[in-house]
Amino acid sequence: MLRYFNDILMGLWSLIIGMGITFREFFKPKVTLLYPHQSVKMPARYRGHVELIPDDEGQPLCVVCGMCEKACPSNCISISGEKPEGSKRKVLTSYILDFTKCSLCGSCVDSCNFGAIRYTKEYNLASTRKEDYHFDLLKRLEESKK
Amino acid sequence: MNEPIVLQPDETFVLNVGPQHPATHGVLRVKMTMDGEYIYDAETVIGYIHRMHEKMAENRPYTQYLPNLSRLDYLSAMAYCHGYVLAVEKAAGIEVPERAEYIRAITVEMNRISSHLVWFGAFVLDLGGFSPLMYAFDDREQILDLLEAVTGSRLTYCYFRFGGVYNDIDDDFIEGTRRFIKRMREALKMYRKLVTTNVILMKRLQGIGPISVDMCQRYGATGPVARGSGINYDVRRNEPYSVYPEFNFDIPVYSECDSYARYNVRMEEMEQSLRIIEQGLDKLPGGPVNPEKKPKTIKLPPGDYYSAVEAGRGSFGIRIVSDGDKSPYRLKLRSPTFSNMHLFDEACRGMLIADALAFMGSLDLVIPEMDR
Amino acid sequence: MTLTFINVVAAVIIAIAFVAANAAYLVWAERKGAGFIQRRPGPLENGPWGLLQPPVDGIKLMTKQLLIPGGVDKIIFVIAPVLAMFPTIVSFVTIPFSETIVAHNMNIGLLMIFVFGSMSAMALLMGGWSSRNKYSMISSVRAVSQAVAYEIPMLITTITVVLIAGSLDLMEIVGKQTGGFWHWNVWPLKAGLFNILMPVSFLIFFVCSLAETNRAPFDLGEAESELVAGFHTEYSSMGFGLFFMGEYANIVIGACLTTILFLGGWDCPFGLFPGVWWFIIKIYALICTFIWIRWTFPRTTIYSLLNLSWKVLIPISLFNLLLTAGLLKVF
Repeated sequence: MLRYFNDILMGLWSLIIGMGITFREFFKPKVTLLYPHQSVKMPARYRGHVELIPDDEGQPLCVVCGMCEKACPSNCISISGEKPEGSKRKVLTSYILDFTKCSLCGSCVDSCNFGAIRYTKEYNLASTRKEDYHFDLLKRLEESKK
Repeated sequence: MNEPIVLQPDETFVLNVGPQHPATHGVLRVKMTMDGEYIYDAETVIGYIHRMHEKMAENRPYTQYLPNLSRLDYLSAMAYCHGYVLAVEKAAGIEVPERAEYIRAITVEMNRISSHLVWFGAFVLDLGGFSPLMYAFDDREQILDLLEAVTGSRLTYCYFRFGGVYNDIDDDFIEGTRRFIKRMREALKMYRKLVTTNVILMKRLQGIGPISVDMCQRYGATGPVARGSGINYDVRRNEPYSVYPEFNFDIPVYSECDSYARYNVRMEEMEQSLRIIEQGLDKLPGGPVNPEKKPKTIKLPPGDYYSAVEAGRGSFGIRIVSDGDKSPYRLKLRSPTFSNMHLFDEACRGMLIADALAFMGSLDLVIPEMDR
Repeated sequence: MTLTFINVVAAVIIAIAFVAANAAYLVWAERKGAGFIQRRPGPLENGPWGLLQPPVDGIKLMTKQLLIPGGVDKIIFVIAPVLAMFPTIVSFVTIPFSETIVAHNMNIGLLMIFVFGSMSAMALLMGGWSSRNKYSMISSVRAVSQAVAYEIPMLITTITVVLIAGSLDLMEIVGKQTGGFWHWNVWPLKAGLFNILMPVSFLIFFVCSLAETNRAPFDLGEAESELVAGFHTEYSSMGFGLFFMGEYANIVIGACLTTILFLGGWDCPFGLFPGVWWFIIKIYALICTFIWIRWTFPRTTIYSLLNLSWKVLIPISLFNLLLTAGLLKVF
């Protein structure tokens, strides 16, 4: 009999404690960000999709060695280059990143021995068309120069 | 009410819980044969998001398989990567700098806390309490922010490399982690008052979903599910790996075998993880985080290699059979949820549907990890 | 008051308007309250503090298609949401907001409210049963057993109050409690003449009204993590809207009844300026508590709910009834 009342009272007490906690939380400041109006600053190491790093003249540092292409687990990088007459190194002619397959693992940046690619901080990449995700990184680099 | 009820139903109906159901948290389907509200028989159907992770390993170099490991259990991705890199390092004989080992332990434990926090929130949500989920996610957000600053990603970290880690941790991370430990200890106290000792929750969990030691052994249950049934088995303690022997921590074991025991095991594990992180930060040695000499392409000598780690949900084992090639001949993933989930069919017989779904929550299922 | 046609129409219109406005804005209050408890801002975008959210939601619900799944029992399926809303509106007719503000006072007002109150369980049963959905069916069966279990302690506690007041007339029940908070039925000072169980009785009534209105932690009928959405799984558009509004209207009724029976109705706590605002303050305080409770606790299960009713609430309320009757007889 005593246990019966004890159970009821202890149960009631635990409920009151619980309500006390939510009552305190009610008056605490909000922790959320109002997303479309505010947005989070990406940390320095944020792994977005990759982009080419330009040298001082704005030309890509890439030497078209193809390491990133090989390192990519999802085969989403396709590059091509050509050796112009009288030049020692290859020049990049296209760098296509198929972002539909990319899993942002960072293997390409890891494998690059020339420091020619880096991560972007972009995350607002929503689109309704598949073609929007075939990034032409060379074109992107030229656009960023402007 | 707590004893499993043996039913001889005159008439049953089949209730199809899932693949789209709020309580299955993913695409798990349970075909329940019901007698009124009591479950007469249940059959779990899996495979809705099978992605052939094991087969994928066979046709790519070892390094390229790293991103896949984060996609098994998206809640505690670190531990799965850890298991894989340990197996490959052991086989290839790659030395890991001590600092890297400590960083691995710290990040894995942080990931374990974040994984348990999601489980905690989702579990209480299954029981009908919504607010604890939000509090848990608020705390988890701190971990994700810290890990994002180091690894560059919030869920699929892909942080470990063979022989080390991808990035060194900085002072901001150490400071932030210390702040987080303090905050998390307060939060755990709050959870205990708000949820753990709540009479409604206790009534719902105590004595519900008993899993005997025998059943655990038959199905190969590990992790908090086994420890909630009184089996003192934790890979970190029983088959120590990495720098875990250096740390002083307890393995919470409860012998009540019910959902409440499993709940308590996880809640205490969070506290123990905090202890490990704290010790790890104190003992953190200097030095490089990657070995000076690392083979360019990794080729394992022919043989059969196995390594296990304690992931958020139990013992995660990885077996690599190598024929000396660039990619494994066969790679087998032993995922804890797969074993833990199969208990459900047997254990839920005779339960009410509400209890069965609470029981399912206490098993902490992550479906992508089960289907692989 | 003469019961003319115009009177009745006016009363019903006012009741509908009151119920609808309350139901709509209680949803807003609930979302806002939930947001604050969970440390987020709640509805925000429509109007200042999201105050235009309810009309926007209403328009959305009304302009959607009312989907009737194949194989449902059409007539019952359509009637059920109406039946969820209708009794609550009728109940409002007899609730006195102050000495003068009452649509139509009846000497059996309390009885009438309970009669119509039990009809809402019927609506859940009809809605769930006719939906031809297994989840809905389980939910409706649960809702009925819950309603049956909780109506008993609720009625027993009500009888205690009726014994003290000696009337089923809501006006008179409040009239017996005027003159400051120590006269209210919730305190043991006057009510039932030093019956120390009166606060317990109030608590029982409050818990029962939570259960009667299918509110968390007793929202077994809905139980979204188990039964998807329970009895209104198959409802769309305004069918769902009516169930939803009916739930909130029921909450208002529950709060009104608790106020009238235990908290002195429109009586001021200090014996000053009694009036309708005190009634409003009290019911909204109770409603806030309803919301507060919902966002704090997990859900119970059906058997612990029935255990609570049959093993705790009914014995205690019965004992309280006996004690009150005895005390009234002695003094």
